[in-house]
Amino acid sequence: MPLVQITSPHAHTSQSTSSVMMLVAIATLPGIAALTIGFGWGTLTNIVLSIIFALALEAGAVRLRKQPIGFYLRDNSALVTAILLGIALPPYASWWIILTGMFFAIIIAKHLYGGLGYNPFNPAMVGYVVLLISFPVEMTRWAAPLELVSELGTSGVSKPTLIESFGIALRLIELPTIDGFTMATPLDLLRQNDALMISDLKQTYPQFGAQGGLVWEWANLGFLIGGLFLLYRKIYTWHGPVSMLVTLSLLAAIFYDGGSSNSGGSPMLHLFSGATMLGAWFILTDPVSSAVSNKGRIIFGSGIGALIFIIRQWGNYPDSVAFAVLLMNFAAPLIDHYTQPKTYGHS
Amino acid sequence: MRKVWDIHGGIHPPENKTQSLEHAIEFAGIPAQLILPVSQHIGAAASPVVQVGDTVLKGQCIAEAVGAVSVPIHAPSSGTVTAIEDRPIAHPSGLDDLCIVIDTDGKDIWHQPPSTRDFTQLDKATLVELIRNHGIAGMGGAGFPTSIKLNMREPSNIKTLILNGTECEPYITSDHVLMREQSRKLAQGIAILAKLVQPEEILLGVEDNKIDVVAGLQDALKQHDFSALTGKPTSAEVITFPTKYPSGGEKQLIEILTGKQVPTGSLPASLGIACQNLGTAVAISDAVINDRPLISRITTVTGQAVAQPRNFEVLLGTPVEYLLARSGYNASSSNRLVMGGPMMGFTLLDITMPVVKTTNCILAPTEAELPSPPPAQACIRCGLCAEACPASLLPQQLFWFAQGKELEKLEQHNIADCIECGACSYVCPSNIPLVQYYRASKAEIRQRDADMQQAEHAKVRFDARQERLDRLEAEKIAARQARQAKAAANKAAQAGQDPKAAAVAAALARVGAKKSALEAAQNASAPEQIPAATLATDIDDPVQRALAKRAKQEQAGAANPAAVLQRAVESAEARLEKARLKLTNAETVQDSNVDAFKLAVDKCQSKLNQARAALDAHDAT
Repeated sequence: MPLVQITSPHAHTSQSTSSVMMLVAIATLPGIAALTIGFGWGTLTNIVLSIIFALALEAGAVRLRKQPIGFYLRDNSALVTAILLGIALPPYASWWIILTGMFFAIIIAKHLYGGLGYNPFNPAMVGYVVLLISFPVEMTRWAAPLELVSELGTSGVSKPTLIESFGIALRLIELPTIDGFTMATPLDLLRQNDALMISDLKQTYPQFGAQGGLVWEWANLGFLIGGLFLLYRKIYTWHGPVSMLVTLSLLAAIFYDGGSSNSGGSPMLHLFSGATMLGAWFILTDPVSSAVSNKGRIIFGSGIGALIFIIRQWGNYPDSVAFAVLLMNFAAPLIDHYTQPKTYGHS
Repeated sequence: MRKVWDIHGGIHPPENKTQSLEHAIEFAGIPAQLILPVSQHIGAAASPVVQVGDTVLKGQCIAEAVGAVSVPIHAPSSGTVTAIEDRPIAHPSGLDDLCIVIDTDGKDIWHQPPSTRDFTQLDKATLVELIRNHGIAGMGGAGFPTSIKLNMREPSNIKTLILNGTECEPYITSDHVLMREQSRKLAQGIAILAKLVQPEEILLGVEDNKIDVVAGLQDALKQHDFSALTGKPTSAEVITFPTKYPSGGEKQLIEILTGKQVPTGSLPASLGIACQNLGTAVAISDAVINDRPLISRITTVTGQAVAQPRNFEVLLGTPVEYLLARSGYNASSSNRLVMGGPMMGFTLLDITMPVVKTTNCILAPTEAELPSPPPAQACIRCGLCAEACPASLLPQQLFWFAQGKELEKLEQHNIADCIECGACSYVCPSNIPLVQYYRASKAEIRQRDADMQQAEHAKVRFDARQERLDRLEAEKIAARQARQAKAAANKAAQAGQDPKAAAVAAALARVGAKKSALEAAQNASAPEQIPAATLATDIDDPVQRALAKRAKQEQAGAANPAAVLQRAVESAEARLEKARLKLTNAETVQDSNVDAFKLAVDKCQSKLNQARAALDAHDAT
C-alpha cells in the first residue's frame, strides 16, 4: 500500500490546459469555414503553414530551454497562436511572411519572456503587428470575395484549388496579379471615403454586403458562435468580450452621423466587419495577457473597444484589433493594481 | 422560508456520499491497543496523570489539562497503560508526538457508571466546567477547546448560535448520520449550548443534499423550549441551502445564513455569532447529561479501496489500521490514505496512527477514483481559480507572487484570508498545487515576522548590554582616577610640611578627580572613544576575573577566617531568600517546574545550615 505524502486537495477536475486550448482551437472552426467559403482556400493554407511553423519553432525553443518538448507541445498553446495568426493574415500569405510572423509570436513574444503564462503581450498579435508594420503591401492585400471574382469575370487561376493554393502560399505558383483577385475591404473603403454617403458606398462597392461586408459578416458571425460556445463551456467570462463589443457599438452609434459622408460607419458594420468578433472572443480573451479580475476585464475590454473605434476612425490603419489589444496589454498590470476584488471580510 | 445568501465562488465536486450512507452507525469495537495523543486539541498538550503499568478504567482521566487553553483526555476503555512515548500521530506534518498507549482488557469497565443529570438546574459555570472536564474540543476541524469558546463574558453578546450541519466535503457523512440517528441527543446538546450562550436565534444550517434529516431535526428541536432556557424569546430553525463546496467553512456558513462577513482578523463573536460543530453538540450532551467524557466519535470510512464504506462509532485512539481491517480494506488497490476529506484532508504515512477527536473521515481511494496529480503545466491565468475562490482572492496572482517570494505583495493580496479550501487547485486546468504554494508562503511570512521580532529583541538586548558595559567602564575609570588623585594628595601632604599647602594640594586633587570622572563619563557615552589601553589593562575573560577574585578572597580568608565564614553565611541566606521568592512566583503562576524550585529551596537551606555550623565551629575554637 502506498503511504505517500500528497497535499490536499486530492480531488481534481478533469479539465486540463491542453483541453482548454483544444476547445479554443475547435471554436474557431465556424469562422474559418466562413472565411474559406467566402475567400477561398487562402485562409486554410495560412493556418496549415502557421501550425507547422509554430510547432517547429515551439519545439526548438523548448529544446533550447532544455525542457521536455512533448510535454510543452501537448499544451496546445502554440497551436492556438498559430490558428489565430493564420486567420488574421491575408489569405494566400506567402510562407516567409507566415514564418516571420510565427517567429515573432513564438520566439520573441512568448519564449523570450519565459514561455506560456509569462508573456505580457498576446503572441499572435505581436506577430501580426510586426508583419503589418514591416510588410504593409503584402499585409493589406486581402483576397476578394469569391462571388465577386466570378462576377468580374477574370481569367487564369482566379479561384485556386486547394493544391494550387498551397502552391501560391509557397510561391511556387505566382499570386494572381489580375485585377479583382484582391480587393479593398469594407473597412478600407470606409476609411478612404470622404465624399459618399454610406448608402452610396454600399451601392458602388458590392463588397459591402448586407451588414459588415460580403463574407466578413459571415466570418464574424462564425467567430461569434465560436465565442458563445466557449462562454457556454465557461472557458472565460463574458466581461471582456461583451464590454468590448458594447463600447465599440456605442462609439459607432455616436459617430454614425446618420450615414453621411462623414459617417464612421454603423454599429452593425463595426461589429460584423474586420476582426471585431475574432478579437472579442479569441484575442482579448487570452487570459495570460489580459487583466485578471472581472472588473479589470470590463475595463480591459472597454479600452480595446474604444481603441478599435478610435484607430479605425482616425488612425492610419483600416482595422486595429491587434494594436488595440497590444495597447491594452500594456495597461493590464495597471488595471490589475486598481481592480483587486474585495476579499471576504474586508471593507 | 428564511432568506439565505450565496457566497462567492465555490465548486461542485462529485459528492460520493451515498456509499457510506447505506448502513447505520456501527460500533467499531475495542481494538487491542488504544493510542491516545496528549495533544488532540489546539492549545497546551494535556499532561499524563497515569504511569506505565497503571490499570485504567473506561472514562478515567489519564491526562489533565494544563493551563486554560487545554482539555483533559480520558481512557476510552479499560486496560493497562503499557507505554507513554512518542508515536506517529494524525497531523499533516507526519511528526511523532507523546501518546499514552493502553492495552485494552476487553472488559470495558466504567470508571464511574454513566448517570443522568438535569442540565436545566445547573448554572453556567458548572456547565462550562463539566464541558472542560469531559475533554470536549471542537470536533469539526481545528479542535479548539469548547469551554473557552463558551466561557464568555456576562452578559452574553451572542445573538445567533449557528450549528454547522453543512458537511460540504465530498465523501464525509459522519455529521449526516449523526443528524439522521442522534437528532434527539443533538437537540439536547443544542439546548445546553442555548442555555450557555443565550442567543436570540439558533440556526442549524444543512446543505440540501441532506434533506432527509430535516424533518427529524425539526421534531427533535421542538422538544425543547429554548426561550425558557435563555430567558428571552429564542427561535430555533433548521435551514437548508444549496449544496456547494466550501459552504461549511465557518466564515462561509455565516455569510450564507446571515449575509454578514466576519471581518478579517476577527472572530465570529464580533458579529454576535457563535458557531458550533454537530459532533461537539452531541459530545456536550453526553458530558453534561450522562457524565460521559469524550471518548469516542463518529468517523466515516470510505473510498473504493474499502469493501464496505460506512460510519463507525470509534473509540478515540483506535488505530486507523483497525478501522480499515473492519471495513474490508484492499491495500493493493488503494493509492493513498487520507485522514479527512478529499479537499482538505491530509495523507497518512503510517496506518498505526490513531483516530483523534477531530478525525471525521478515513478515505481510501483507488487510483481511478482520485488519480495521482499529473505534472503541473504553466499557469495561463485563466481565472477559473478566482471564479472558484470563496474568499474572493485572486489565486493566480497569489501564485505569481508566491513563486517570486514577494511576501509584501502576497500580504497586499490578502493571502492571510485564504482558508486553504482547495477550490482553486481543484479547478486549475494546469494542475498547479496552488494551496501548497499558499501554505508555504504563509509559513514564509510567519518565519519572516518571527525573524523580525527576534532581531528587534536582540537589538534591544544588545543596546542594553552596551549601555551597561559603558556605564561600568566609566565608573571604573572614575574610581581609578579618584584613587590616583587621593594618593597624589596624600603624597603631597606628607611631602609638604606646610599644612596650608597640603590643603591646597588636596583641594586641587579633588577638583582634578571630579573633572576626570566627568570626562570619563563623557567618553563612556561614546564607547569607541574609550582608550584601548584602559581596556587592555582589565581582564576580559569573566572566568579569569572570577578566579582572580576568588584567589584574592582566599588570601584575605587566610588572614581572617571568621570574616570569610560570616560572608558565606550571609550569601547562603541571600540565596535561600531568592530561591524562596522564585518558588512562590512559580506556585502563583502554576509553573510546571514548581518541583525543581522546591528542590532548590531545600538545597539552599542545607547549604545555609552547613555555613552556619562552620561559623559556629570557628567561633567555638
